[in-house]
Amino acid sequence: MKSRSSPEDLEAAQKRLLAGREYIGVDRIEGPLVFVRNTHPVGYRDLAECVDSKGETRLGIVLDTSTETVVLQIFAGTSGLTMPETHVRFRGEPHTVQVSERMLGRVFNGLGRPIDGGPSPAGGEELDVNGRPINPTAREYPRDFIQTGISAIDGMNTLIRGQKLPIFSGNGLPHNTLAAQVARQARIRGQESRFAVVFAAMGVKHDVARFFIDSFEQSGVLENVALFLSLADDPSIERLITPRTALTLAEYLAFSRDMHVLVIMTDMSNYCEALREVSTIRGEIPSRKGYPGYLYSDLAEIYERSGMLKGFPGSITQMPILTMPNDDISHPIPDLTGYITEGQIVFEREMHARGIYPPVAGLPSLSRLMKDGIGEGMTREDHPHLASQLFAAYSYVKDVRNLASVIGEEELTPLDHQYLEFGETFERKFVSQSKTEDRTIEETLELGWRSLSLLAVEELHRVSEEEIEKYYRP
Amino acid sequence: MEERIIGQVNRVNGPVIEAAGVSDAMMLELVRVGEVRLVGEIIKLAGDRAIIQVYEDTTGIAPGDNIFGSGSPLFVELGPGLIGTIYDGIQRPLERILKLSGNFIERGIRTPSLDREKKWLFRPAELAVGAEVSGGAVIGTVQETERVEQRILLPPDVKGTLKSLAVEGQYTVEETVALVETESGERGIAMMQRWPIRTPRPVAERLPVNRPLITGQRVIDTLFPVARGGAVAIPGGFGTGKTMIQHAIAKWCDAEIIVYIGCGERGNEMTDVLSEFPKLIDPRTGGSLMERTVLIANTSNMPVSAREASIYTGVTLAEYYRDQGFDVAVMADSTSRWAEALRELSGRMEEMPAEEGFPAYLPTRIAEFYERAGAMTTLAGQNGSVSIIGAVSPPGGDFSEPVTQHTKRFVRCFWALDRQLANARHYPAISWLESYSEYLDEVTPWWEQAVGSSWTSDRSEILELLHREVRLQQVVKLVGPDALPDSQRFIIEVCTLFKNAFLQQNAFDDIDRYSTAEKQTRMLQIILTYWRRGAEAIRRGMTLVRLRRMKVLQDIVKMKFTIDNEDLGALDKLAARLERSLDQLEAIYEE
Repeated sequence: MKSRSSPEDLEAAQKRLLAGREYIGVDRIEGPLVFVRNTHPVGYRDLAECVDSKGETRLGIVLDTSTETVVLQIFAGTSGLTMPETHVRFRGEPHTVQVSERMLGRVFNGLGRPIDGGPSPAGGEELDVNGRPINPTAREYPRDFIQTGISAIDGMNTLIRGQKLPIFSGNGLPHNTLAAQVARQARIRGQESRFAVVFAAMGVKHDVARFFIDSFEQSGVLENVALFLSLADDPSIERLITPRTALTLAEYLAFSRDMHVLVIMTDMSNYCEALREVSTIRGEIPSRKGYPGYLYSDLAEIYERSGMLKGFPGSITQMPILTMPNDDISHPIPDLTGYITEGQIVFEREMHARGIYPPVAGLPSLSRLMKDGIGEGMTREDHPHLASQLFAAYSYVKDVRNLASVIGEEELTPLDHQYLEFGETFERKFVSQSKTEDRTIEETLELGWRSLSLLAVEELHRVSEEEIEKYYRP
Repeated sequence: MEERIIGQVNRVNGPVIEAAGVSDAMMLELVRVGEVRLVGEIIKLAGDRAIIQVYEDTTGIAPGDNIFGSGSPLFVELGPGLIGTIYDGIQRPLERILKLSGNFIERGIRTPSLDREKKWLFRPAELAVGAEVSGGAVIGTVQETERVEQRILLPPDVKGTLKSLAVEGQYTVEETVALVETESGERGIAMMQRWPIRTPRPVAERLPVNRPLITGQRVIDTLFPVARGGAVAIPGGFGTGKTMIQHAIAKWCDAEIIVYIGCGERGNEMTDVLSEFPKLIDPRTGGSLMERTVLIANTSNMPVSAREASIYTGVTLAEYYRDQGFDVAVMADSTSRWAEALRELSGRMEEMPAEEGFPAYLPTRIAEFYERAGAMTTLAGQNGSVSIIGAVSPPGGDFSEPVTQHTKRFVRCFWALDRQLANARHYPAISWLESYSEYLDEVTPWWEQAVGSSWTSDRSEILELLHREVRLQQVVKLVGPDALPDSQRFIIEVCTLFKNAFLQQNAFDDIDRYSTAEKQTRMLQIILTYWRRGAEAIRRGMTLVRLRRMKVLQDIVKMKFTIDNEDLGALDKLAARLERSLDQLEAIYEE
């Protein structure tokens, strides 16, 4: 005689049964949203499958569920769907994605399906794309200095392993070049470790994706890179899932495979626009510039999936790229990003016009984790004071330049002239470098001192006597 | 408490759940949703419908899932074991959650806020059996950490005759340590008590504030002081250093208990506090700073509705220590995230928005929160205070937005952070033009008594100079500094010195990270001496160049780093050297 099934078995069987249930015909289609009425109880954020009249399956998730109506968001877009001929199945589980180490060296779409012609990578784990918040007590505070070989970053806005440091850029500025250069050159000094790059493209052009692939190929790291592409001509709604899929892989590589993962996400502005699109269609009350009130929480769900965990050797470092609409840093996208990330690298159009690469604006750029990752034993003992002095002096240069534009350079005091000269050298020699130049931190600091040495010693308030003694060479 | 089914889920929209078939639910009742038992709270009742805000991720919750009522509102547990603990927004201990669910926080975890197993050494108070006792009375003490002696209080609603009191010994927080015969019968009192987070704890009387909270930050203590029991807002765009100031105050201010609420902020910042505080030594007691600190963490990726609750959780814990007679400081970083959580929940409930999508009740909520600050006489007749220091994160750094504007109405002290200063790495970037403190008059007597009666005039003199400098700088921007006479350029000179030597403070420097009231005053006096005598000398024909060349100025700029807080003598010597240098210069001119 067959033994009686336990309540758990029954429940699982019922779940399977419901997951197999198919609803033919939907009630309403609006933009990327599909409304289905009179379903069985469907879980919030559960995965759904939508089969169109040609038999093709599109994935979606449940955005709103009630006894009357279920609202689905279809990642592949709704074009071609008809109301009577669309079939919907609810899987009764959250959206998961299969991740494995074999995904490195491959190209996927935003949902994690291979688009490079190869087979689906086998093995690995099936993980929830939304992840789970990291317990703050489980985090390890990031302190390891990453040498990117770029003076404006290493010297002034140091990148730390496990940090989330975005690039705030504008259209036509070389943010992609810089991100690719960072991905190529980034290393921890004196350490060989397993590293991987996870690249998520959201709504960028084919050329941009091509540029990154070529750049990874040329430097021979392509087999350590996984690319998730949801390009400009892909359905905009797919952009919402792309960074989550990419970060699910990143978490797996970092915390199950002990790798150091650099995640580059471009362009976050396109992601936010897709979010606004859905929000508007749902008729939600907008906050600023039409963006939904939960934009902050939503972005935080993405950006906070970075860092290090106690007792785990791996790490996730994020470098999101966003183009500031109209170069406006107070626009909601850069603004909310800046509140979540640990600093920002801000590009300045005027510096770009003067031919300075990378055009990293001196004053608004910031790395919040820098203070704990530089100095004796990490970079060099004079680094904190030197950076602080360079900031202070450069900030004064900005004032002098403003003054000069009003009263003319001739009217400036000799001291102010000194500062102008310092500013010019700082920008041309320290900040500016070639797209392939990989400077050591010592070279960077040396260049910093060389600029400072143009100033009179009385002007240096933030460096110590010993440091002046050792490095100041007028 | 008996759990009962109060209804079923009808609709799920993010953290907001609509329930149907609700019969005997209570407003603000703590409920659990679905088989995973997600924690939630009833925030609206209408007919047989209820709206529930859920403090955990609602993925997978489906219509028809049961909702379980707990019969009580959302409360916190108060008793020994709070200090040194890090909690989430609804007071679940994160370290225990780490043990239960690993590095990532799972849902539906139920774990008590206070350790039920741990035994504490309870020392009974000197109370005779048969004594009349009422709420707030101290029935005993527990040494919670090396520096905090927690007083065990009768819950505020208890009144009657003490029937028995436990002898000194080890007890868990749940064991009965006293019996009180009340009107409604005998009541056992344990060390732990519960209190609903949205209700302020009762006090005997609200007192006028009169003592400053010394934060050790010169720009605050000297220019814009906050009183013990006061409320402050720190607004500033990203990167202007709100969190840095909050951390610095939490570390070095002279409150006895710190409650630090990380509300919708970065995970690594909480980790920073967790890893740094235990290592830092409190200059006043010699103990670790963690021994006076309770942390509440709802990082930005944790559920948004728990963010709304975290502020109340934190301030309730603060009130509990205040009721024991402590001076407590609450850091809320950031109240904007809390307001945004309100907005998000309000939007999901389809309420009519007021300004920028915020609900119309935003100002009321802000006022309710800040009014929980204050200096009080407790029910037991002691004095205690709660000071609230709330960070505000205005979008785009624009102070005209609703949260900053409404907060300004309900706080009396405003430390505006300035983007320009932050860009020049002038930290703390508190603007001396936009900031103000209405507590000045209240704390002046304390200052004058502590450091001398010239404090008020010194303070206003330097503030006036700073204001004059702003006007002069505008002229300089048009015509260059050379156009100004020496007497006016000297003002700019002194203000630059004051900014570098006094206002800027390096939170990472072992000496500069905090300054005592005495050190601050002496530093200010040295700079004012330079101003008064220098201005006089210039009037008599001295050139600015000569004044600037005085060697002693280099040491004045660096006095904040080089002279220890205790070494007031060194400051006196520096002052004397300045006087001598000025004497020498003047002597040349008199000849």
